[in-house]
Amino acid sequence: MVPCLDVDGGRVVKGVNFVGLRDAGDPVELAARYDAEGADELVFLDITASSDARDTTLDMVRHVAEEVFIPFTVGGGIRSVDDARGILRAGADKVSVNTAAVDRPDLVGEVAAEFGSQCVVVAVDARREPDAPSGFQVFTHGGRTPTGIDLVAWVAEVVKRGAGEILLTSMDRDGTRDGFDVEMLRAVGPAATVPLIASGGVGALDHLVEGAVDGGADAVLAASIFHFGEHTVAEAKAHLAAAGVAVRPA
Amino acid sequence: MSDPSAGPAPLLAVLDYGIGNLRSAQKALEKVGADARLTDDPDLVAAADGVVLPGVGAFGRCVEALAASGLRPVAERAARGASAGTGPPFLGICVGLQMLHHGSDESPGAVGLGVLDGDVGVLVGDVKRPQMQWNRLEPVDGAADHPMFAGLGDGPWTYFVHGYAAPVGPATVATCRYGTEVCAAEAVGDLWACQFHPEKSSTAGLRVLANFVALVDARRAERRVA
Repeated sequence: MVPCLDVDGGRVVKGVNFVGLRDAGDPVELAARYDAEGADELVFLDITASSDARDTTLDMVRHVAEEVFIPFTVGGGIRSVDDARGILRAGADKVSVNTAAVDRPDLVGEVAAEFGSQCVVVAVDARREPDAPSGFQVFTHGGRTPTGIDLVAWVAEVVKRGAGEILLTSMDRDGTRDGFDVEMLRAVGPAATVPLIASGGVGALDHLVEGAVDGGADAVLAASIFHFGEHTVAEAKAHLAAAGVAVRPA
Repeated sequence: MSDPSAGPAPLLAVLDYGIGNLRSAQKALEKVGADARLTDDPDLVAAADGVVLPGVGAFGRCVEALAASGLRPVAERAARGASAGTGPPFLGICVGLQMLHHGSDESPGAVGLGVLDGDVGVLVGDVKRPQMQWNRLEPVDGAADHPMFAGLGDGPWTYFVHGYAAPVGPATVATCRYGTEVCAAEAVGDLWACQFHPEKSSTAGLRVLANFVALVDARRAERRVA
């Protein structure tokens, strides 16, 4: 169970389809709460990612590393091995790359060679596209820019290049609270020979079970159901366990 | 957690030999009451009440980096002293555990510290490698009372990231199930080592670190009396 914190200017936000952001709190405070509630990992996505925000992000990573003792991933604006090094040295366990990997796929292998595949999460945003061979197309820039790249082919390529994990977000579902795109998860499953994290659309605890059981995801990510206090991480894990999914008890 | 009334926090030297994320281990040790310092200064290591050897990445790369930092003889001496009970406690973490052995299939030719017997081997069976997940620790027969596990309860969950593991042997105090039975922790005397990452294992991991700090504290008190 992986809570995700979208961070803008050092504050956690979560919008609907990346528009209309709402302030959901302080990232360090929230992260420590999720650790205490039994979260297995955390993901921070820096959605500002402008160059002047890098120091803010590094500060946040340092503070998180002082308060949080579960693995955490930081993504957003990582375009080079040096960017990755800064984030890892500040205390993150993994970096996630998305648009920068599509722009320059060698980045995946470079970061993996320097720090190991276990540090490299490739985040993939995709939408349904009937003309794509797998029925899904990769998008970049927060789901705004179509790439013409087929989702399943891309996942297979980044795994070959050294991705240690795939964080797959359905941009059709993100922010809708309608549940994961289970068909997308299933389509990617065979290509994802590394752990697959399902993301985008969780609005109810049953959605988590669908992602793990029907979608075959190794981990499930959610944001707003936790940030606004609708559910605790402990409730989510109890719900997964009751459905027969193997989880670390909270 | 350690008792602050017992005096100043015990000084732990966390060996900084230029690899990966060492900050997490340092911060977690501080959280449980140690004065943990990232250091490559042999004098500070010699003066410390306990020594911690973290490690991430490939075995060969870690061994090379340890040698290049000049800390290899210091680390070997500290690990041997802890295992013999003649020096302060020592904790190896992840590749820091693996480096205590002679070598690893991961990096043929790379020579470990050789303090613990056997070579590190690849995880076998029909499993994803690396093991990158939470898994349950199972103390081996007779080791459930080991001070490493004090206060942990039954089958605590800890976080693993590794593609290779030490052989299950006389030094093994806990295993986990991953395809087969995998060495998860070792101990000889005051030499402790974890294949899992205690600094990333939430409450259970902090408890293991607190247990180590308590051992360090106790040994320091004994040395003062002597």
